[in-house]
Amino acid sequence: MKNKLMQFSFKYGALIFIGVILLFFSLYNEFFFTYGNLTDILRSISIVTFIAIGVTISLTVDGFDLSVGSTVSLSTVVTATMMVWFEMPLVVVLVVPLVVGALVGLLNSLLIVKIRIPDLLATLAVMYIISGVHKTYTKGYAIYSHMQRTDGTKAPGEMYKDFLWIGQGKLLGIPFPVILMVIAVVAVHLFFKYTRWGRQMIMTGGNEEAARLSGLRVKRVRTYAYIASGVLASIGGILFAARVGSGQIDAGAPLLMEAVAAVFVGYSVLGAGRPNVIGTFVGAVLIGVLVNGLTMLHVEYYVNDIVKGAVLVLALAVTFINMHRKRT
Amino acid sequence: MGNANLLQMSGISKSFSGVKALHEAEFAVRGGEIHALLGANGAGKSTLMKILSGAYEADEGSIRIEGREIGMRSPADAKAAGVHCVYQEVDTSLVPQLSVAENIFLDRIASKKTGAWLNWGNLYAEAEKLLAELGLSIPVRKKIEELTLAEKQMVLIARVMVEEAKIVIFDEPTAPLSTEETEHLFRIMDKLKASGIGIVFISHRLHEVFRISDTITVMRDGRMILTEPASRLETSDVIHAMLGRSLEDEYPKIETTIGETVLSVKDLALGKRVRGVDLEVRRGEIVAVVGLVGAGKTELSRLLFGADVAERGTVEVAGKRSDLGSPTGAIESGIVLVPEERRKEGILVKESVLHNLSLPILRQISSWGFLSGSREKGNASGVIERLGIKTPSAGQLTGYLSGGNQQKVAIGKWLNTNADVFVFDEPTKGVDVGAKRDIFVIIGELAAQGKGILYLTCEFAEALGLADRILVMCDGRIVKQFLRGEATQENLLYFASAGQEEPA
Repeated sequence: MKNKLMQFSFKYGALIFIGVILLFFSLYNEFFFTYGNLTDILRSISIVTFIAIGVTISLTVDGFDLSVGSTVSLSTVVTATMMVWFEMPLVVVLVVPLVVGALVGLLNSLLIVKIRIPDLLATLAVMYIISGVHKTYTKGYAIYSHMQRTDGTKAPGEMYKDFLWIGQGKLLGIPFPVILMVIAVVAVHLFFKYTRWGRQMIMTGGNEEAARLSGLRVKRVRTYAYIASGVLASIGGILFAARVGSGQIDAGAPLLMEAVAAVFVGYSVLGAGRPNVIGTFVGAVLIGVLVNGLTMLHVEYYVNDIVKGAVLVLALAVTFINMHRKRT
Repeated sequence: MGNANLLQMSGISKSFSGVKALHEAEFAVRGGEIHALLGANGAGKSTLMKILSGAYEADEGSIRIEGREIGMRSPADAKAAGVHCVYQEVDTSLVPQLSVAENIFLDRIASKKTGAWLNWGNLYAEAEKLLAELGLSIPVRKKIEELTLAEKQMVLIARVMVEEAKIVIFDEPTAPLSTEETEHLFRIMDKLKASGIGIVFISHRLHEVFRISDTITVMRDGRMILTEPASRLETSDVIHAMLGRSLEDEYPKIETTIGETVLSVKDLALGKRVRGVDLEVRRGEIVAVVGLVGAGKTELSRLLFGADVAERGTVEVAGKRSDLGSPTGAIESGIVLVPEERRKEGILVKESVLHNLSLPILRQISSWGFLSGSREKGNASGVIERLGIKTPSAGQLTGYLSGGNQQKVAIGKWLNTNADVFVFDEPTKGVDVGAKRDIFVIIGELAAQGKGILYLTCEFAEALGLADRILVMCDGRIVKQFLRGEATQENLLYFASAGQEEPA
């Protein structure tokens, strides 16, 4: 009996929890359950979802990527400077940060796969390095249209309207970032379920040695996973810049926690017990709903971190209790 | 001699999520006897022993030790009642950084009965005396991590002695041991027996069971099938009881025509374990490489497969030089390996049978990078049927299968890779008698299809039963070759241990 209850709660707990919270906020505030507010929530989580998808991919190959937050920060300011400092065409504005994200992923995989530094330590170090790089690059200033530069001149460019549309525009009444997010979630889900490369990542994460002895080139697979993680983080950074219309310093730092929490909530969605992109999306929704609802309850913004942290702990607790229960 | 009613388990039943694992099992051990508990995997012997050692609680039934009823609810209860286990994985019970003496007296050191001060001199002296009683010469100040696996096992046994065990369960203790180490272990078991301890001995190796046991109990499907003095039983009786049918021929040998050379290895070497190996395998031929534990067989198999990179030497498959840089290269050139460490290296236990079976052929079953679900399922159902893998469905997690069926998955994943050479490293380790025979049949069929088989084993009987040619490996070298019918257990053992400078 107790066992069945545990199994049920592991499988449906996260979904029921979200349901209860939705119900609670809807009853509490009539504006909560409106189209406008719900799309607002989805738009607010679109950035963190991209980052969380990256974390999901690196965790799928059994590697943790702590550097995603600072990769977001770096790509945000790189994107902004491409327009404000260099007035590059839009394509370049979008491609350069993606390349930067890929390079961070490559650096991570060099340290982890080639030099064999444990993943947490390597990406922790890279997190600080990238964080330092992005501040050095901007000399610590936020990037905005026609910004004042240290030599007294004004920067030539401004944030393009077309670019800002990516973060602020709507298509058929749906915010564009939400559309991008849904496409990404579905695409990555299909990638893991139906493609050879996705399967190789899952199997590599399941047991690297057994996968290697089955003929997989596991080092290559892991390298690709870290690169994917970096690229997805930089997409998050591009969306961030488009959303706020400037390149803020340390924009990504708080997003790491949210992304990780979303991924681990995802472990417990439908009893998956492993990283999965649908679960990650549900996790991001849960966090978005909580933050939005708490704001409506007039809870101060600085309380949010406590709530997010608590959600992470809860998700981890459910995952690990279940893991140990299975073992015995 | 011993207490006739040392242990009495009666009417023990246990179910796991509705499935009965034990049906009113009866099991009794007298003091001073070695009682072998046998059964195919899944017969219920480990469940019964886990109940005895307090890891599981029985649904029904009673456990009496020396006539007193004991409520076994935890391993601590079992230890208090004098029931101890020596598991195959000795490392989990010992502290590697501590000395031999500290490990032997671990419980005493940790308990509150001793004062705050330890008399190290006494402790070491006592440990030495104890080890001497067991006929061991392990330095008591040596750290556990510096010991061999066999020595660790001995330390664990010494600890059991200190804790005044009444009943000791040996769960497949000989699986990782060499022949001499096994003999040594048996001498110690005899000593424990002489001191009135009741011993439960679990093993898949029937010749060992007959060599050491006084009484044999066979279980099947959670029931007791027979309990008899060992002297009144024959191997065939036991196998019959275990399988519920007789096993006409333990080593089915399919006659095949042997073709041209398919695998040719020259001067393969890495470090001290593989020191320049030359060998050849022809199509349809089963070549066994036998040797004691530590002879370098596993290392050799890993070099052939590119799992480790050789210092020197060449490998040719069907006349073409194969790439030894990685398993991927080896597979492409037509060599596949069924590794010894099945659960760690052969299969992914947390993945389904379906996904395990398709892992090496992902490219074959996908187009433009997209996996074809129907081709993947077709591959799985074909392999499951061909090898007789017992699984409720292809979607079952591989870790839930029995050892023999897991091994079949580890073999099955290679069937559709068009490999020319199959390398098997101890494929029958931890596999029950019935599944063992299935595996021999599979290997025979592969040979009949013209594959070259390299079979590495420390079970001489298997090599004698299966192989067309036997190579004896000792200390990293092939020291002797026998054709089928030429070799005997004795001369295999002679050559396998001859090269050793210091017999252990």
